[in-house]
Amino acid sequence: MSLTRQEVQKVSLLARLQLTPDELDLMTAQMGQIVAYVETLSELDTENVEPMAHAVEVANVFAADELRPSLDRAAALENAPHHDREFYLVPAVLGE
Amino acid sequence: MSLLRHSAVELLAQLASGQTTSVALTEAYLGQIKQHDPQVKAFLRVDPQRALDRAAEIDQRRRQGEPIGRLAGLPVAIKDLLCTQGEPTTCASKMLEHFKPPYDATVIARLKAADAVLIGKTNMDEFAMGGSTENSAYQKTANPWDLARIPGGSSGGSAACIAAGMAAMAVGSDTGGSIRQPAGLCGVTGLKPTYGRVSRYGLVAFASSLDQIGPLARTAEDAAQLLEVLAGHDPLDSTSVNIPVPKYSQTVKQPLKNLRLGLVREHFGQGLDGEVEAAVRQAVEVYRSLGATVKDVSLPHARFGVATYYIIAPCEASSNLARYDGVHYGHRTDEKELLAGLAAERTALEAAGRHAEVDALDNPLVRMYRQSRAEGFGPEVKRRIMLGTYALSAGYYDAYYLKALKVRRLIRKDFDDAFQDVDLIVGPVTATTAFKLGEKINDPLSMYLVDLYTVSANLAGIGGIAFPCGFSAAGLPIGLQLQAPPFEEERLLRAAHMFQQATDWHRRYPALVS
Repeated sequence: MSLTRQEVQKVSLLARLQLTPDELDLMTAQMGQIVAYVETLSELDTENVEPMAHAVEVANVFAADELRPSLDRAAALENAPHHDREFYLVPAVLGE
Repeated sequence: MSLLRHSAVELLAQLASGQTTSVALTEAYLGQIKQHDPQVKAFLRVDPQRALDRAAEIDQRRRQGEPIGRLAGLPVAIKDLLCTQGEPTTCASKMLEHFKPPYDATVIARLKAADAVLIGKTNMDEFAMGGSTENSAYQKTANPWDLARIPGGSSGGSAACIAAGMAAMAVGSDTGGSIRQPAGLCGVTGLKPTYGRVSRYGLVAFASSLDQIGPLARTAEDAAQLLEVLAGHDPLDSTSVNIPVPKYSQTVKQPLKNLRLGLVREHFGQGLDGEVEAAVRQAVEVYRSLGATVKDVSLPHARFGVATYYIIAPCEASSNLARYDGVHYGHRTDEKELLAGLAAERTALEAAGRHAEVDALDNPLVRMYRQSRAEGFGPEVKRRIMLGTYALSAGYYDAYYLKALKVRRLIRKDFDDAFQDVDLIVGPVTATTAFKLGEKINDPLSMYLVDLYTVSANLAGIGGIAFPCGFSAAGLPIGLQLQAPPFEEERLLRAAHMFQQATDWHRRYPALVS
C-alpha cells in the first residue's frame, strides 16, 4: 500500500511537524518505501501469538510513598525558552 | 610503547603502581585529540582544563593514600545523550543545542563515584537514530582506519575515539546495534548488555523498550571493568533489574570450558560480504581450537528483525520525542516571525476566498510546536517521528504496531529455542566493512538494512558483544558478534577474552595512533 501526500500531511499535523512542500514530497516517497518494506510482516501468521511490548516483562514496580527532594522551580525553569520565573509561557491560544 | 596503545586495564595498573599519573595520561589523550580530532571529529565537546583539574585532584588523593574509586584517574568518553549536570547534553541535535540537564544520569554518577576522568562528550547520530553518525546536526565523524569512511553509529564518536587512542574507554548506547555496529566497524570491543542490566535514568530516550547503555573499549577485559561500574539496580529506573552484578573484572579472565557455539544458518545468506564471512568462519575455527564445539542453529524469524524494529522503534520514538514541544526545554521558534507568518497565510487564504483552509489553519500554539520541531529536528529524526505517528494512528495500530509486537515475541522465542542447545550465538556484526561517507545517506531503507544482524538482540532484550576478528584487504576492521541468553554478560566477556588471548586483532592500531 502506498501513502498519499494528503495522508502524510495529516500525519505531519498529528506529529506536530511543519513540513515544507518539498519535504512533504520526499517524505511521501520515503515513507511509502519503508512502509512497503515493513509490510513483509503480514506474511507471518501471528493469530495465536501474544504481543511482547517489553523484554523484561515485569509487573508494576512500586516506589515507597515518601517525600523525596525534587527539582526546585528555578532549576526546572532554567532550560525553558520562555518563562516568567513562575510559569512556562506559550503563544496565546484564546481570544482571537 | 606510547600510552595511547595501552589497554585500560594496563593503564589502571600503571596508575596504581605510580608508573604514570592521571595528569600524564589525560595530557596524552588531550594531545591526541588536539592533533587528530579535527580530522576524526569524534568529540562534540572537550574541556581540557576541567579534565586536567579532575585528573590532578585524583592524583593528589592517590598520593595522600585516600580511598579512590575503581576507575580512578582513567579518562572516559561519554556519548552525548547521557545527562551531565550543568553541562550541555545535545544528543547531536539542534533541538538540545543549549540544553543543560539539571541532574546527572545514573551511569554518570557511577563513573564520577568511581573517580573516572570524564574527558568529553562524543558525537552520534541525532537522538541515536542512524548507523553512520552522519545524522549528527554538528559534524560527521570519520572512521580512524580510513577517514573517507563512516565509523558506524549511532555511537560512532565513542567507537572512533577508542580506535583513535583519544580515551581509555567510552560509554555508548545500543537501541538496534548502536554499540556493537560501530565497535565492529572501528575494530574495538563493544558490549550491549541485557535490557535492564544498566540503568537508563538520565539517558535521553529514543525507544525505551530497546535502549540500553554499555561500554566500548579496546579489550574485553577493559569492557568488563567498565560494565562492572555501569551495571546494577537503580530505583530511578523501574525497568532496571534487581539482581546481583557479577565481578566481571575478575571472572573475565576465566576461560569457558566445553563452550557450545551456535552458528546461525540465516546469517550466512545473500548480502554477506565474502571477506567478512571468511573472517567470521576463521574466528569460529579459533574457538574450535580452544575446545569449543560448534553447531548450526536456526533463527527462522531473523529476517523479519529489521521490519519489526522499524515499526517498534519509530513508534516509541514518536511518543518519546513528543516531549520536545518548545515549552519546557529545547529549541523554540522565533515567536514574532511565527505570528507574522501565520497572519500572512491567513490574509493570503482570505484574499483567495479559500475559507475552509482559513478555518483549518493551525492555532498559534500548534504552529509553535510544529515550527519549533521542524527547526530543531534533522531529516532522519523527522522521518522516524512520522513513521511512528503513522503506525500508531487510528486504523493502523493493529496492522503495524500490534503486529510487530507479536513478531517480536517470535524473534525472542527463536533465541530461547536456540539457547537450549548452545551457550552463545556467534556470527557477523555487519554484512560489510565500513562504507564511504555519503554512500547511503539518501537511501534510508538501505541504511536500515545495515542493522540486520544486530536489531534482533534489542527486540529480544538479550546481550551481545562485538570485537575485531580480522581485517579486509583494504585494511578495514571486521567484527565478530557473540550473543548470549539474558543476563549472561559474564559469558560474553569471558568468551571474548578467550579469543583475545589467542589473537591480536584487538591490538592493531590505525596509523594515527603512534
